[in-house]
Amino acid sequence: MIGMFEEGSIFTQLFVERLNYFIYVVLLMIGLWAMIAKNNLIKKLIGMSVFQTAIILFYVSIAVKEGATIPIYLPEHDPHGSHQPVGAEGSLEIADQSLPMQPPAPSAYTNPLPHVLMLTAIVVGVATLGLALSLCLRIYRAYGTIEEDELLAKLEEVDARTGSSMRSGRRRRAFAKKPKEGRAR
Amino acid sequence: MKKVAFVMVLLVGLLLALAVRDFPAWADRNSPASQSPVSSYYVSNTGADTQVPNLVTAVLADYRGFDTMLETVVVFIAGLAVWAVLQGGRTVRSRNRGDQVQFEPDLIVTNTVRLIVPVIQIFALYVLAHGHVSPGGGFQGGVAMGASFILVALGWSLREALYRFPLERCFAVAGIGILIYAGIGLLCIFCGGEFLDYAHLSSVLPVSPQMARYHAMLGVEIGVGFTVSAIMFALYACLSTGGRMKGGL
Amino acid sequence: MGLESLNTLILLLLVVVALVSLRLRDLVVSCVVFAIYSFLMCLLWAEMGAVDVAFTEATVGAGVSTVVLIATVFNLRRKAKD
Repeated sequence: MIGMFEEGSIFTQLFVERLNYFIYVVLLMIGLWAMIAKNNLIKKLIGMSVFQTAIILFYVSIAVKEGATIPIYLPEHDPHGSHQPVGAEGSLEIADQSLPMQPPAPSAYTNPLPHVLMLTAIVVGVATLGLALSLCLRIYRAYGTIEEDELLAKLEEVDARTGSSMRSGRRRRAFAKKPKEGRAR
Repeated sequence: MKKVAFVMVLLVGLLLALAVRDFPAWADRNSPASQSPVSSYYVSNTGADTQVPNLVTAVLADYRGFDTMLETVVVFIAGLAVWAVLQGGRTVRSRNRGDQVQFEPDLIVTNTVRLIVPVIQIFALYVLAHGHVSPGGGFQGGVAMGASFILVALGWSLREALYRFPLERCFAVAGIGILIYAGIGLLCIFCGGEFLDYAHLSSVLPVSPQMARYHAMLGVEIGVGFTVSAIMFALYACLSTGGRMKGGL
Repeated sequence: MGLESLNTLILLLLVVVALVSLRLRDLVVSCVVFAIYSFLMCLLWAEMGAVDVAFTEATVGAGVSTVVLIATVFNLRRKAKD
């Protein structure tokens, strides 16, 4: 038990030093499992969103630097900020030109590139989620269910009635007639 | 099926967890991602190049402008696709929505919405315009603006919200947003630069090339905000009614 | 140390909330729990220094995507089989 917490053991490597990365793996597994095994289409979509946020968690985690601040310039690096030391009142304009600003060291700020990539990914994610939900609505309209097993059963039913599922023209006509016949029986 | 899925997921997770052990240590300054010359360049030179203090906005709207423009196009196309998908097919039979109650717009709710919507819209504009110096920008401001219309639809009814912001106008506004973005890019070509190379706009704007990039970024963010706010409201309007644009929640 | 323990707490809560959201039978409740998941993610990103991503997640992930999900669920069957 003591050996588990030693420096360099697998336990420390995974659960203490790299907990973010480990949780990203766990969330990814949860999302993947929900997408494969869940029966309800909305649950599958929630699983897809969990999967997506897991990837985003991974990207944002690699952007973290020790001792770095958020990716917005502090006053001493801000081109419009007052980067004069206190007490230089009155000589602001002159000092501004005589003292060119030092470019900040890359280690002072968190890596902004993964943030940008993930920011757009979130917005596109909600757009694709909306599209997937609209497809769910269409499926519900055509078959009256969003449970995967009921959906498969109905598809089998349609295939059995039209003979072959390969002739797509007949199949499409069967789709259009489907709910009325279902109610008649 | 579920057992197979579980085993497969477990296998994938095991492989990934094995890979996690070889990652650089947490918050390592010398990791490849932190040492990459691209992001080091962004951190060091954004101030001198574009005068923008918020690195994320500068990278989003300027250095990676193509990426953001096409992401905006993706959002626009997704909104159009939702509308198109829900238009097809026959009309739904009148469902018995058992868990839905008929209600009149509530006095307290409508008055609260009346008070809060202007505040949300002012905040959205503030977020959009202050994207350069604080967290925020076109995407966030646009979504907040779209949320204010969704709030109107929730407080009164969708009909009320669509009366103020019809769906046709939604898609027109979304298209105008992309045109603003692409138009600024084209203007850069006419000024002698490349597409989305904002520094050349200094020949039309009375400012230095650095400040031209600063101001062009604001224009680009406004375009993004137009598209995103319109599409977010269109998404809600289409999905809450199943494409019929009547009734709603 | 304080930030690190907050980080650990949020990460563990994330797993719990994701599992709860996927287990619930009522889809509306499931969507609301998913909004909690999004807010936890937003907190985590603010804590990791990604303020812009946190802002986006708060407006898009927790705001609009929840509204859109619930709006759709009201047009579908509310109960799920699993």
